[in-house]
Amino acid sequence: MNRKIRENFKLYTGMLISGLMLILAVIGLKFTPYDPNEMDVSSRLAGISMAHVMGCDNFGRDIFSRILAGIGTTMTVAVGTVFIGIVLGTVVGALTGYYGGRVDEILMRFNDAVLAFPALLLALVFISVMGPGKYNVMTALGILFAPGYARIIRGEFLRCRNLDYVQSAKLMGAGDMRIMFVHILPNAFQVMLSTIAIGFNNAVLAEAGMSFLGIGVQPPDPSLGLMLSEAQSYLFVRPGYAICTGIAIVLLILGFSMLSEGLENNA
Amino acid sequence: MNGSFDEKKADTDVILKVSGLNAYYRDRDKAGIFTGNGARKQILKNVSFEIRSGEIVGLVGESGCGKSTLAKCILGIVKDHDGRIEHASTGAQMVFQDPYGSLNPAKTVGWILEEPLRIRGELKDPDRNKKVSEMIHLVGLDDSYLTRRPNELSGGQRQRICIALALMTEPKLIIADEPVSALDVTVQDQILKLLLKLNRELGIAILFISHDLKVVYSVCSKVMVMKSGEIVEQGTDDEIYHDPKHPYTKQLLASVISA
Repeated sequence: MNRKIRENFKLYTGMLISGLMLILAVIGLKFTPYDPNEMDVSSRLAGISMAHVMGCDNFGRDIFSRILAGIGTTMTVAVGTVFIGIVLGTVVGALTGYYGGRVDEILMRFNDAVLAFPALLLALVFISVMGPGKYNVMTALGILFAPGYARIIRGEFLRCRNLDYVQSAKLMGAGDMRIMFVHILPNAFQVMLSTIAIGFNNAVLAEAGMSFLGIGVQPPDPSLGLMLSEAQSYLFVRPGYAICTGIAIVLLILGFSMLSEGLENNA
Repeated sequence: MNGSFDEKKADTDVILKVSGLNAYYRDRDKAGIFTGNGARKQILKNVSFEIRSGEIVGLVGESGCGKSTLAKCILGIVKDHDGRIEHASTGAQMVFQDPYGSLNPAKTVGWILEEPLRIRGELKDPDRNKKVSEMIHLVGLDDSYLTRRPNELSGGQRQRICIALALMTEPKLIIADEPVSALDVTVQDQILKLLLKLNRELGIAILFISHDLKVVYSVCSKVMVMKSGEIVEQGTDDEIYHDPKHPYTKQLLASVISA
């Protein structure tokens, strides 16, 4: 038991940190000590006190409440991004890997083209067309992440499509859709698991980055990237603001990258 | 007069008739926008034979001679062929060589066995379970295997499941493509006995594909010898083993004896 824990140290630590952040995010969506958007001029840039455990920002909003809510927002965006990416990537990867030939050639060249662009640059283009906001960030990032997933799923489908159990299902009279999504897809899931965790990380980073640049989540909605961008103006007056927000982002990413590495070692 | 009557009767017994079959193979992975459809290669040349109900027919030949392609043509997996393939009843089923690849590792044995019934929408839930349980007993296993996954089973157990799976749709013909060559000798024997038992009890015809002449001799009543896509000799097992006509058959037999 002890040896097993040490071998899977990353997996368990990752699970612990991610679990903690997930709980915080769920709490942040439902309950925060103060309304994260409520401004109170009298406590502008207030320091750490019993009333405000992490102090207040330049509008007098409680930083702890905003971090809780920000984790929630960031996680929602990350989950949405990964979900859109997985769905699109699975469809493209399944079709290309299973059918091969021309379908593969055409879809994968398109895929490569999307992959070749720097992600953030392409996200900028999407946002400038669709306008900023939480849901547009999700859609843009989801589309950007899809090609990466498509490659992995395609590889698994390529490997599986000639296996005897697929032939056997064909003989039973199963249709192509049933073979792809009922027979082969569950076998691709093991490989997907660690990729999902890495994708989650990239989504958190990308969302924070985009919000920091002002093209992601829009004020007054709380978001970790947005808060970090505000905090840098008060770095010398109230360094706790930037540090607390930064730690939240670090923990979020650390947890999931450890989780993904642990899953990889485990597989 | 008597003879013609017998012939007529025999004709109704034929469950698979293949005549003048040529099959081709295209390298699909090399196909693309710029490379065209890939090279077309002829695998089977003018193959003709019939299988009667309840027969066990052996198909021997070295690897790469087109045995599996013939099986795939009969099953309709290889579509690029000409010549006639006539089935008397619907759907032959297949037992594959590698029992590790032919069962979906992500599903339970029960799910796998139920799948053909689900696809065909034949029976309702309780009847399906009953039939699955019936089949698994028929191949010498019991209900406790239904909740397990293939990776928990041995090669022999997996091959039994594969046979049960092939039986689920009640075919008249089973094509067994090297069903025992991936198994060790004692398990081979059990699986061969199971196939013989099913042949005897259910009257299922079996096309038994193998490169192992000894195995073929022990189970088959009729043998076909294949070389580079052609059937060079066919006859009863005694004819083939004791009085081979074609030099290739002689060569095959000699290699068994010297081994």
